[in-house]
Amino acid sequence: MYMDCNTEEIPKPISELEKTVIEDFALFDDWADKYQYVIELGQKLLPLDNKYKTEEYKIKGCQSTLWIHAVRKNNRIYFYADSDSTFVKGLAAVLINVLSGQPAKEIVDSHLEFIDKIGLTSHLAASRSNGLSSMIRQLKLYALAGSEGLTT
Amino acid sequence: MKTADDHTKTSSPSTMLTFDPKKVREDFPILQQKIFNHPLVYLDNAATSQKPQCVIDSISKYYTEYNSNVHRGIHFMSQKATDAFEEARVEVQHFINAKSDSEIVFVRGTTEAINLVAGTYGRQHINEGDEIIVSEMEHHSNIIPWQLLCLEKKAKIRVAPMNDDGELIYEEYEKLFNAKTKFVAITYVSNSLGTINPINKFIAKAHQNHVPVLVDAAQAVPHLKVDVQKIDCDFLVFSGHKMCGPTGSGVLFGKLEHFELMPPYHGGGEMMLSVTFEKTIYKEPPFRFEAGTPNIADVIALGEAIRYMNRIGMGAAFRYEEELTAYGTQLLKDIPGLKIIGTASTKTPVLSFVLEGINAMDAGMYLDTLGIAVRTGHHCNEPVMKHFGIPGTIRASMMFYNTKEELNFLREGIMKTIKLLRR
Ligand SMILES: Cc1ncc(COP(=O)(O)O)c(C=O)c1O
Repeated sequence: MYMDCNTEEIPKPISELEKTVIEDFALFDDWADKYQYVIELGQKLLPLDNKYKTEEYKIKGCQSTLWIHAVRKNNRIYFYADSDSTFVKGLAAVLINVLSGQPAKEIVDSHLEFIDKIGLTSHLAASRSNGLSSMIRQLKLYALAGSEGLTT
Repeated sequence: MKTADDHTKTSSPSTMLTFDPKKVREDFPILQQKIFNHPLVYLDNAATSQKPQCVIDSISKYYTEYNSNVHRGIHFMSQKATDAFEEARVEVQHFINAKSDSEIVFVRGTTEAINLVAGTYGRQHINEGDEIIVSEMEHHSNIIPWQLLCLEKKAKIRVAPMNDDGELIYEEYEKLFNAKTKFVAITYVSNSLGTINPINKFIAKAHQNHVPVLVDAAQAVPHLKVDVQKIDCDFLVFSGHKMCGPTGSGVLFGKLEHFELMPPYHGGGEMMLSVTFEKTIYKEPPFRFEAGTPNIADVIALGEAIRYMNRIGMGAAFRYEEELTAYGTQLLKDIPGLKIIGTASTKTPVLSFVLEGINAMDAGMYLDTLGIAVRTGHHCNEPVMKHFGIPGTIRASMMFYNTKEELNFLREGIMKTIKLLRR
């Protein structure tokens, strides 16, 4: 379930969502199935408006092209992303699934330990795990900026 | 006339008349495993080939039975290690048909060999305003050392272009020569496209202009019988690990007339005759270029790899590889949205391709989940990717131990990839 900024619904807390993601991934013991699941998550991600697919919204340190746009509403941060790589988009979806619609401070303070527990990181080539770290850093930076009221 | 039966006959490697990939495959223990519950389909041979049991055993035997430093001990094991090390040098000499074993220098690999030539011969002969010709399809290893040299000497790189099949354009190459041309560094076979360049012709042209040539044979030696006297190159370099030998073993061939006049690359033990603080007298080649303790175990095992390649018969192996290339090309070319990159008329067994609308790395990762190992990206060949206007390709590179059945798996894998990833 991806949180849109236009919804009135409030997501479950990060820790609870992390648990759900771990359970979801535990359903697949095969790496091929996990990979396919990530792809599907990416394909279901809410669309990113084309006007955000610019240099400004590109994540640095990611080998593939990945754009992330964040919207702040009622001090909650909503994320939208797209990539030329369906898998990278899927990775973004895994994170956005947990973080989008959360209070800015919660995002900044999150440890996201679930990432290591879903059995993906061991399969990522070095360039892609660096990309994942850049992605997490950027999501937090958006939240940090948001929590200080710098962007809306 | 051959019958279908001829191909299924088995024989021991030493007497193998017809090539039997299934039998050869048994020599490679690593190929017998499953990856993610699928039989391993190893199609990343251009990055590094697998090693037969005899090569693995040779390393283990060295460390178990006669590990000793070479060229310096008087004891039994040191003599044995030295003999084995020098036998490997003779093995390499014959493998590429060099005139003398003094023309064979052991290095870590292709990269080190090119840097050695750039750092010695290059620094000696290249001056301000001079030009070095490389081709558009060079591996970064055969570009950057020359760029560094040019930077130091205020010299210039000239690039011989290729056409859209991935073949060098001889007429354009010819035009690059002028009075300032001092060196040519060119690949025998392209690592990302598989193109086999008509290297004789390119070398002859350079020699007409009195310009020496270094040939990057990293992707040639695993497949082709290379003859340095026939092609008449000045230098030739390759890595052991791409031809069934161990990593860390590599070869620099140089004509003795060049070697004799070249300064050392690294200073250290075993490369000099006498040392005082005023002056060091260097040894003759090849020892002048082998400072310090060499990679003894892996050099000896490289010798074993060459004996192995000779046993299976490189000619027969390559004929089989050509069959694989033709079969694979046929299998892939009708897949909708698949474009083969590199369609030269003579190729090593490399199938590089792109899938429309699909990120190459995504595809490579998915194929991996099916046990199929390919490489994706620019393959240290950014200028080639730029030529074709793509960020990278998916590359399936084969060796004589691959089978048609594996190529069928590859096709199935690609079909599944398309189904999953095409948007
Ligand atoms: C054509 C070519 N040249 C040079 C190299 C570099 O070889 P190495 O990394 O073994 O030094 C390679 C390896 O990928 C190659 O394919």
